[in-house]
Parts: sequence; C-alpha cells; structure tokens
Amino acid sequence: MIRRLLVANRAEIARRVFRTCRDLGVETVAVFSDADAASPHAAEADHAVRLRGVRPADTYLDAGAIVAAALSSGADAVHPGYGFLSENAAFARAVLDAGLTWIGPSPEAVTAMGSKIEAKLLMARAGVPVLASVIPGSPEAGELAFPVLVKASAGGGGRGMRIVRDPAELDEAVAAARREALSAFGDGTVFLEPLLEDARHIEVQILADTHGAVWTLGERECSIQRRHQKVVEETPSPGVSPGTRGILFEAAARAAKAIGYVGAGTVEFLVKGDTVAFLEMNTRLQVEHPVTECVYGIDLVRLQLEIAEGARLPAEPPEPRGHAIEVRLYAEDPAHGWRPQHGTLHLFDVPGVDARFEVPGTRGPFPGPGEGPSGASAYGLRLDSGVESGSEIGVHYDPMLAKLIACGPGRPAVARRLATALARARVHGLTTNRDLLVSVLRHEAFLAGDTHTGFLDRYDLTTPAPSPVPLLALAAALALAAARRAEAGVLGGLPSGWRNVPSQPQRTAFETPGGRVEIAYRLTRDGLEAEGFDQVTLVAASPGEVVLDVAGVVSRFAVAAYDGAGRDGTGGALHVDSPLGSVRLVPLPRLPEPVVSIPPGSLLAPMPGTVLRVEVTSGAAVTAGQPILTLEAMKMEHQISAPAAGVVSVLNVTPGRQVEAGAVLAVIEESR
Amino acid sequence: MIDSRLDTASAGFQARRAAMLAKLRDLASEQAKAVAGGGPKYVERHHRRGKLLARERVELLVDPDSPFLELSPLAAWGTDFPVGASVVTGIGVVEGVECVIVASDPTVRGGSSNPWTLRKTLRASDIALENRLPLINLVESGGADLPTQKEIFIPGGRIFRDLTRLSAAGIPTIALVFGNSTAGGAYVPGMSDHVVMVRERAKVFLGGPPLVKMATGEESDDESLGGAEMHARLSGLADYLALDEHDALRIGRRVVRRLNRRKAGGLRPSPAGAVPYGGPPGVRAPLYDEEELLGIVPEDLKIPFDPREVIARVVDGSEFDEFKPLYGASLVTGWAALHGHPIGVLANARGVLFGEEAQKAAQFIQLANQTRTPLVFLQNTTGYMVGKDYEQGGIIKHGAMMINAVSNSTVPHLTVVMGASYGAGNYGMCGRAYDPRFLFSWPSAKSAVMGPAQLAGVLSIVGRASAQARGQVYDEEADAAMRQMVEAQIESESLPFFLSGRLYDDGVIDPRDTRTVLGLCLSAIGNAPDAPAPAGFGVFRM
Repeated sequence: MIRRLLVANRAEIARRVFRTCRDLGVETVAVFSDADAASPHAAEADHAVRLRGVRPADTYLDAGAIVAAALSSGADAVHPGYGFLSENAAFARAVLDAGLTWIGPSPEAVTAMGSKIEAKLLMARAGVPVLASVIPGSPEAGELAFPVLVKASAGGGGRGMRIVRDPAELDEAVAAARREALSAFGDGTVFLEPLLEDARHIEVQILADTHGAVWTLGERECSIQRRHQKVVEETPSPGVSPGTRGILFEAAARAAKAIGYVGAGTVEFLVKGDTVAFLEMNTRLQVEHPVTECVYGIDLVRLQLEIAEGARLPAEPPEPRGHAIEVRLYAEDPAHGWRPQHGTLHLFDVPGVDARFEVPGTRGPFPGPGEGPSGASAYGLRLDSGVESGSEIGVHYDPMLAKLIACGPGRPAVARRLATALARARVHGLTTNRDLLVSVLRHEAFLAGDTHTGFLDRYDLTTPAPSPVPLLALAAALALAAARRAEAGVLGGLPSGWRNVPSQPQRTAFETPGGRVEIAYRLTRDGLEAEGFDQVTLVAASPGEVVLDVAGVVSRFAVAAYDGAGRDGTGGALHVDSPLGSVRLVPLPRLPEPVVSIPPGSLLAPMPGTVLRVEVTSGAAVTAGQPILTLEAMKMEHQISAPAAGVVSVLNVTPGRQVEAGAVLAVIEESR
Repeated sequence: MIDSRLDTASAGFQARRAAMLAKLRDLASEQAKAVAGGGPKYVERHHRRGKLLARERVELLVDPDSPFLELSPLAAWGTDFPVGASVVTGIGVVEGVECVIVASDPTVRGGSSNPWTLRKTLRASDIALENRLPLINLVESGGADLPTQKEIFIPGGRIFRDLTRLSAAGIPTIALVFGNSTAGGAYVPGMSDHVVMVRERAKVFLGGPPLVKMATGEESDDESLGGAEMHARLSGLADYLALDEHDALRIGRRVVRRLNRRKAGGLRPSPAGAVPYGGPPGVRAPLYDEEELLGIVPEDLKIPFDPREVIARVVDGSEFDEFKPLYGASLVTGWAALHGHPIGVLANARGVLFGEEAQKAAQFIQLANQTRTPLVFLQNTTGYMVGKDYEQGGIIKHGAMMINAVSNSTVPHLTVVMGASYGAGNYGMCGRAYDPRFLFSWPSAKSAVMGPAQLAGVLSIVGRASAQARGQVYDEEADAAMRQMVEAQIESESLPFFLSGRLYDDGVIDPRDTRTVLGLCLSAIGNAPDAPAPAGFGVFRM
C-alpha cells in the first residue's frame, strides 16, 4: 500500500493528484521551485520540498533532485503528473531503483513509445494503422507529396513541428525543427510525415492493470488546437462513427498490449473520414483526462494508484454516460500571437462550480474500482485550477491557469453551460484566451460538430467578439465616481459632482482593448445624464457594483480596481464583469505628465553659455565619462561628458556657439 | 423630529411648485448667459487657439466628481456688462483641500475687469480670508476695462493687498497664468505664494512693447518682456514652467497637494445624528424629500408659510429641537445638524417680528455663542411691527437687542433669503450688511426697505400732505402714474437677480440645493478655527 506519495509536478495536476490522495488517506508531498514557493500546490500538500532554482532544468526536470526529495520526505511512491519528467524512462528507472513505487508504465514501455519513429514501426508491426515516417534526405523523401509535416521524434506539445507546403522550404524547416527539438528535448531527430489536413485529432484512453486487463475508456476529440496545443477537448467525439470508434478502440488496445502497458495511457490518432492513423502513445495521464472521468464516472488517478498497488480491474469498464467538454484557460493573448502573459492574477472566480478536481456529484459512499457515480447529479461544472486569486503567473512555466469542464446529457447543452460559465468567470489582472474559448463554444461549426485541427486557422476568433465596451466603460466611470465620493476627505456626503451652475460633464477616459473610450456623464437630481447613452438610467452605484437600466432592462456590472486605478497619475487597471461581457480598462489621467520629445542619450546645456571646446567629432565612438565638450558660463567651465559608452550620433554645436539652457548639444547613441 | 403637514397633493402646493419652477427656468437661462461667456464666436476662437475656457480650467483643476459651488454667477445682472462679470469664482476641492478659485473668462472682452468683476473678485478674496481657504487664481485677463477705469483703478488696488494679506495670514495663494496678466494684473502672480506660467502663453509685464517704446525708446517683444520662459529662467517670477494648460493645472494640483493643509475646525460629530446614512458617519438625510421645497413658498409673499416645512427638508434626519416654541411664535428658533455640522436655526414664521421675537432671537444668538454653534438665518420677514402699542412697548429697543446680538455674535452666520426681506427685519435676520459668511437667495426672495405698494403708498401720502400744506390741489392722475411707476421700479429692484447682480448675495440657488449649499459652506467654514467667544456678560435671559 502506498502511504506517502510525492507528485513530481506543479500547479493544477499536482493539486489534482493530491485531491485523490486525500480521498484515499494517502499522505502527500509536493515539490516546488523558488518561483512556486507561494503557489497553491505547495501550500496544500502535507509536506513540501523546495527545489532550488526557477528554471525547469534546475527544478521539475531534475530527476536526481526529485528522487532525493522523495527519499528525504519519506515518500514511498512518485506520481509524475504530465509534462516535465512524466515520459522520461530514466526518471521512472531512477524512482524504481530508489525502491519507490512508480505510478506509471514500466520504463521499457515508456522507452518504446518515447521515439515516435520507433513507436510507429512497433505499431505497424502490431497491425495498428500508421502514416509513413520518412527520414529527411532519404530516397523516400523525394517521393513525398506535399504538404508534409516535420516532426521531432522525441517531441510533444507542438515543439519541433513544422508544416511545409513548398518543397523549396523543406530544408530550412527541417533545420529549424532540429534546432528546436534539440533544445527542447535534447534530441534533434526529426522525421517527415504526410500532412492530413483538416483531420480530427482523436485519442483513446487506455487503462491496464498488472494482471493483463486492458480497458479502453472511450475516445477524446482534441482537434481544436492552437500552435499544435489542444485548447478544447471533449468526449465522445461528435465526428466518429460507431464503426470508426470500433477500429480506434481495437487499435488502441492492441497498441497497449503490444508493449505490455500498465496504468493509464493514451493512444493518439489522426482521423479523416475512414482514414485512421496512429500518431503516438502518451505513457501518462493526459491534461484532458477529466472529460473521460466525467463521462465514465471514475477517478483515473485513483485507479492509477490502485493499479500500482496491484489491484485488479473489473472485467468490464463502466458504461459511459452523457457528454463532457473541457477548455483550457491560458494566460495568453490570442490577438498577439498567443503571447504568454505574466503578472498578478488579481481575481479568479468561476461562478457555479459544482466540483473541483473531481467528477461532480460523486462525493459519498466509497465506490469500488471502476464503479461509476449514480444519478443525474453526476452532471455539472468541474474546475481543475492551479491558481487562486492573487497568484503570480511567472515566465518560467506553462501559462495554463485552469481547466474548466462541463458534463451533462447532451453536447449542445454542455457547450452552452460551459460557454456561459466561462463568460461569467471573473479573471482579473492578465489577458487570457477566455473570450476565444467562449467564441469557439458558441461557434456554429463547433456546435455542428465540425471540428478539426485547422479550426482556429479557418475561423479567426482571436479578435474578441465586440462586447459593449462603451457601456462597460460607463459602468466603470460611475464606480470610480462612487469610490472617489466614498473616499473623499471633505464634502464626501454631498451629491456626486454637484454643480449649482452646470457647464460641462465629468469626463473619464479609458484605454480599452479597442482603443481610447471617453465617458462624459453628469449626476443630477433627475439621475444620470451620459453622452451617447440616452437609453441608460442609473439604478445604483457603489465602488464595486453599478446597476444600470438600459432601455428597461436592468443589468449589474461588477467593477474591480487594482493598483490604485482611478487616482490621478497612478496607473492601475479596472475590470468590469457583467452578463453583457467583460473588459479590462486602464484609466487615463486627466492631466498627464507631459512627455518631452528629447531623443534618449541627449546631452542638454545645463545653463545658457558659450561652447568653449568640442572634444569629439560626429560619429566618434566614446566611452562612458569621456569629455564631449566644454561650456563656458559665468566665467566657469562646465565639462559635458558621455553618460554611457556609444557613438556620437548628433553634434549640434561648434566652438564659440551660444546656447540656451536645455538646448540639445549632442546625442550619444548608446552601444548595446 | 418635525412632523410635516405639507399636503403635496393640494392645488396650492402644485401652484406654488409651478411658480417656483418657472422662476428656476429663468434662473437657468440667466446662468446660461454667464456660462456662454463671450458667445460662440469668441469661445470658438479661444478653443481654436488651443486654449481652455475658464470653466474648463476649473473643472480640470478640481477633484473629479467633487462638488463645486460657483459664487455670484449672476454678478453684473441688470448692468451694462455681461452676466457673470467676465470671471468665474467659487469654492472647490483640489487634492482634498477646499479652495477658493478665481478664473478670469478671456472670451468676455479679453477677460478685462469691469467694476462688477472687481466686486466679485474681492468678495471671493474675502471668503478666502474669512474661512482660511487657499486662493487659486487662473489668470488670463486683459486688465481694466478702460472706459470704467474710474470705478476700478483706485478700489482695485485691494486685489493685490488682499493677496499678500492672505499670505501673511498663512493662507496660500496660487497663480496659474494662462495668458495676459499685464500692467496692474502682473501683481497677481507678483503677490502670490506659488506661480505657474504656461510656456508661450503667459505674458506678464508692467509695460508691453509699445509702452516701453514710448517710455524709453527700447525695442522689445512680448517674450523677452514677460514670457513664461523668461520668468522661469531669468526674472524668477515663475516658480514652475508649464508646457501647456493641462500641465499648468497638473502642477497647480501638485502645489496644493504639497501645502500640507489640515482643517482647523471642521466637523464635530453631532449627537443628533448617531445613525449612519451614506456620507460621513452619523449623517442622516432629511426624512422628507427636498423636491418638496419647491412647493412651500407662496408666490404672493403676503401669505405666510411655516418654515419648519423648510427645516424638515434641509436638516439631518429632519430632527429639530425647538427653543422657546411657545414664546414669540412668529420666529422659529432651534438646534439641528446639517451634513453633520451642528447649527442653530432662526426662521421667520409669520413675517412680522414683535418684541418677543426680537428678545427670543437675542437670547438664542447668545446661547449659540456660548456653545460656538454656527447660525443659519432663514429669512421671510416684513420687518419689525409698527404702531402705537408696539412703539410704546419698546419695539425699537427690542429690535436693537436683536440687531446688537447679530452684529456682535462671533459664530459663523449663514443666511438664506427664502421670501420677503424688508425693513430692519433684513438687518435683524443677518442681511448682507451684517456680514454673514455666506448669503444665498431663493428665486422667490424679495428685498427692499419696504414692500413696493407700501413704499408707493407712503410716497403718495407724503406728497398729498405736502400739497395740502402748500394749499395746492393734489393731482390724482399724476399720483396714480407715480404710484405705478414707483411700484414697478421698487418691485424690479427687490428681485433676486437684480440684487444678486449687485453682489448683495453670493448667488440665487435652487431651493432643492439648500442643504447641499449650506453643507458645503459649513464645511468650508471649518477651515478657520473658531473665533474666540466674546468677553462680557453671561447670557441675558429675555
């Protein structure tokens, strides 16, 4: 029996495993890097071991340090989570060699699937359909039909992957993929594969015990991807026929048996029409495992642990029920190349969550292995989150914040529930892909089940659907006004913005995602007068909430201010959330500090005077502190020196020249 | 707590309300003239030059969403000069500090000062001094209106004297110079503690290029004689060089922030208001709707009204502890709180002041001085009672007691003229000559030595007696015409716009704003420490 389990991972998946451990009475050990010292996963575990450093290579990828952590903390088992060392056979071996229980398949099985090229050969021999792998430069490469995909053999997560449509670009793409693969995985081996365009990415969940039983727990559709990373996953797939499903399950089970697989694993396929092709096998728990859990009513982590303890799976898996969809919420900016975001997540709140890290409605009697939940209450909203309000999102790790999963009897209803919950979530402080995910879940093609790996290329959803930003900005302006009145040291009890001789409205300007928005409003005894909002009346306003009546329909706007937003010259940002949409607004100062357009590196005359000597010529390289010229003023000589090393890019003066105070004498372009 | 008996469904209420609303529409249109400044042509030209209007400058200077009380907005009404007198004055909050702001309106004849501009500006300066409020001048003025210089030049020297006296009293003075501030005007920045000038806009010199040429033959230009850069770098008259108008206002706010002002007096929590309600802790709104203040004063001021209906809609929680309610019932006196500030209230109930009322007032004012409680006078008086019995009963002595008490009281006084303010009643109820800290009129107010009909009647009787004495036949036709003419003239000269135009009040206000205006004034008053209680005798019981 496992008594104390170390999770060799961080954030959401670490918390996910801890939750199951708590149910089973297994003690938990977290490892955390310096950057994660304050993160929820480290705080939640019974014991936590610090990994010195912040870079993955120094921390979560340091197999030796993690095994040492397991030993020093008295753990007797190690769960690798996903990513990091989860598919590292050497790590699995090190764990076993240290006398610890390894939650996962044997190192041999990991190795067999570690190389994509080898794995495909192995699968082909076992009768699993595969796409041809072609080694670049080999004779077969010349016969390839374009487009082709360049892939890293040791790859994952889309790194080292390139689509090549023009044969002329192949060599360059191969070279780039090699470089990327080498730096990411320490193995630069790449191969070519025919590109199946607009195919579906379908994977089959496998669970195998040590007694030879292999379950296939349905397929997951993971076609909606950005930069080859999944963002929306669901089960069952809306585009797999019963016939194809049979082929997939059969192929997946065969793959698992071919390598004597034990534990939870996933066999990935590309599916287009009747074509089914093995992609790879992931010898670990997948990020998207919750959708399978919800539909089968099982706890995959629990089953992983029980299998590791030698338990026997029942002969048949439970019957799937209903539909589940998962979205991955990332701190990234879809409108700017999916650029990862970092900073403080001021607020993270998803309303209506039924369960965290578990299948909704399954709390209750102790179910046996594989025993499903009972009753319709098993449907609902599940949140698996690695962060909490106030978490710092750093630059060192994957910017995934959380996974939100909805499950229910029918796909359209589940998509609707998930989209609304996501739209209502309050996510403050960072730009996220939330709006994009909502757009996907509400998109016609998605609702029609027409999903494929090119979905986000075909439908540009990176620009958020127009939300009523001016109305949200009006709510923000009124909340700011209420805050200022509440905090006023004098006359705070008088009506907001009261005038006995009205001449103009109050004005507040915001920087919004769509540009500058200015709100002009006046609060009178007859209510709100806001320019451009004839239909809007004010019902109530407080610093945190504004209630507006828009043409007879009353809506509530929650407003949160961070970092002193709304006070002159302090910066900060406001977040407005409402059923009509959410927006982040940066209040612009009414009286901005003037920006003087003096080129950087300019040397200004400190006082009026006469140029006595010029020591350099235009274009000359200078060192920091080197005299540039001498100014004479009031019979004193003032030496002007270079503030930093660089090149004299501008020289405005010659000896004898009279200069005014503040005149630009020269510009030193700093060398980098 | 006051139990209101106002029947808001009655025809009388509706008629009074309709009459007041008509007067408020007139008020709004007169105020709009002041806001319009020099009119669309000059406003447009001013904007085209990249400049802000006087009120735009004020709005950017004060804290967002804070209240601003504009003073004397109808100055110069009924004169040859535009309404508003080419200057905006008021009390506003800058960086949490209540300040007096004076902004010349350059769209009206270049912002030049006429006699009314001067009186309005001096009044603002008095308010700053009395209440110890920092004074911020937003300067852009072409100097004196030359045709009326005789009315301005000699008394106008007070402007500069007042600035330095404010400073000597420890009250900061700040000048933000946006444009012309020449000749005598140059002493506004000259006498101010803190001076900001806008680059390429401010022009501050004693004599411009033509005058210099005439005086000494020297060739010069505006920038070298009085530009902002020159004053910031050479003369040292400018402490801060602003890049543009917004920058000047930003610097002005920073200057106020660094004044480190602490209010000397200010809010003393009133025991009457213990229940929290919005705003400052312990302040409750009146129980009755201030909207109903529109329907209280009858259009015909001969009809009396109960001032408790007004008090019930102005003071915190409508709570009013009446003093001597059974004695001298024609004057209501009592204690209350307004926006948390404790006050004593004197309000006329049936117009006439008799001996009892005068004595009651004198005693009440003495009591307020004992407790250092500010007094609010709500005027609706036709004066002290006349007639044999009253003269023989000593009405002059009694009225003198009240006027004595009002004159020598050292607590702050605030006066609101709700209706009639005739005769010595105006004095006893702290009219303008008795220097209340602030005085406001409702549109229903009327002030004169006596009612127009009475005054015309008196003239007629005197004329008739004089004719009889000379043995002449009195011309009845001429008498009727004289009476009509005098009545019309007195009526028009007793109306609030006319009196406000002559600076006999600090503004005509919407009755519904009474609580807000008085609350703002009481808060402003709190910037000055309590005056010492007068030495002398104990309170005289009367």
